[in-house]
Amino acid sequence: MATELQSRTQPSPSRAASCGGILIENVSRTYARAGSRVEALDGVSLRASHGEVLAVVGPSGCGKTTLLELLCRLQPPDRGTIRCPPAALMPQRDLLLPWLSAVDNAALALRIAGVARAPARDRATALFAEVGLAGFEHVRPGELSGGMRQRVAFVRTLLSGKPVLCLDEPFGALDAITRSEMQEWLERTLAREARTVVLVTHDVEEAIVLADRVAVLSPRPGRVTAQLDVHIDRPRTRTDSAVIALREEALGALEAGRSR
Amino acid sequence: MSSRIERAAPAVLLALVLLGAWELYVDLAGVQADLLPAPHGVARALWENAGLLARNFAVTAEEVVLGLGLALAGGFVLAVAIHMSPLLRRAVYPLAVGSQAVPIPVIGVLLVFWWGFGLFPKLVVIALICFFPVVVTTVDGLRAVDPDQPKLLRTLDATRWQAFRFAELPAALPAALSGARIALAVGVIGAFIAETTTPTSGAYPGLGREIITDVNFQTSRAYAGTVVLFAFAIVCFYALALAQRRLAPWSAQPQGDPH
Repeated sequence: MATELQSRTQPSPSRAASCGGILIENVSRTYARAGSRVEALDGVSLRASHGEVLAVVGPSGCGKTTLLELLCRLQPPDRGTIRCPPAALMPQRDLLLPWLSAVDNAALALRIAGVARAPARDRATALFAEVGLAGFEHVRPGELSGGMRQRVAFVRTLLSGKPVLCLDEPFGALDAITRSEMQEWLERTLAREARTVVLVTHDVEEAIVLADRVAVLSPRPGRVTAQLDVHIDRPRTRTDSAVIALREEALGALEAGRSR
Repeated sequence: MSSRIERAAPAVLLALVLLGAWELYVDLAGVQADLLPAPHGVARALWENAGLLARNFAVTAEEVVLGLGLALAGGFVLAVAIHMSPLLRRAVYPLAVGSQAVPIPVIGVLLVFWWGFGLFPKLVVIALICFFPVVVTTVDGLRAVDPDQPKLLRTLDATRWQAFRFAELPAALPAALSGARIALAVGVIGAFIAETTTPTSGAYPGLGREIITDVNFQTSRAYAGTVVLFAFAIVCFYALALAQRRLAPWSAQPQGDPH
């Protein structure tokens, strides 16, 4: 989709260019919690090529967040292999730092990478206009609405310059209207930024509207029960008949995985 | 401005009521002035000894401010060390608690032997008395950082130091300042203890020693000095509250702030 529109804003082409694709093969992950063993993922295989949006849907507790943490190297898999370029995480809760202004939060990755404050702010400010946050640069997160906070968190993820973005329920906490606005906005942004995206959501429609492929996971332990390619022209809306048809298919796969 | 007066009104009214009750009690019960001077006697002593009290107060104020600074710096560094190293935590915490039970006169002579009659041993005494609340609140503040925050910073390639600098340090700042306000509440009495346990070579010994000297034969002057310390503690407390709002404006207003 977006490969012909090369990244305008992005740094570190060296890291991003070579192979932005993701390969997950037969990955399992079990961890101990409160004395018992929790099987989060069992034999999961997925792939996404450079610039693709892969959505992962499934019931809560199916190991979606674990999958993202594996991709971001926050934990290792017990079995299987993962090939993934450096990935940045946008966690379910925005985790903005309350003492930094919105623009300083967005520029956090740059500051960590050693960029001085002023140029880091300039780069974040440039993106603020594009995400509809112009004028809110110096407001602290506590005074921003939920949708604005999510956008700040997204800009922070984007500015990390990593070729892979792992988005964990990015719009989960938003009301329906803000949510669809944010989806359109994400769509436009991704059309400009050639990034590989793994989008975790429990909203099947959101997955179909945004993704090139939708992987359906079963309840814990998470297994891939279906993979649906989304060949629908963008921009898509929830009411497109093709979206609705695919949604029924995905919901069917979810249901089948649940009763298995 | 008027709202500020409104906010101060309850405290001023209560103080006036208490002063009136004190005056009446001394007057009606016929209490002798060397046992409990009446407020008007204390006020007169304050007026007549203003110069002497002011010079002694300058000494004490310097001790309190610098001693508290030392306690804040030392307490903060210790808290960070305890936070970073579980080993240090297990080793140091019990000793830090125990140190609060040490009666200062026991070590007063040693402090003078090490550092002489000057300002420094007094600062050490004040810091010893004040550092503990700073350690406790700062350690708690450092631990209260959202556990997912370090994860996020790791995905942004932050080093341990950067995680500290960007997440933990600012998170602990309001807690450390709250600790400083608790420390301050004991800091003024700490200065009194410091002055009375380590001798001084200065021209003015400080309010604490002045009060001890006066308490038997110049009772009203001892009370006048006490009034100065009383007011000083209040001013310092609210100055710190103000500093907290300036330095950590994102933090919620803790109780006791001048709103």
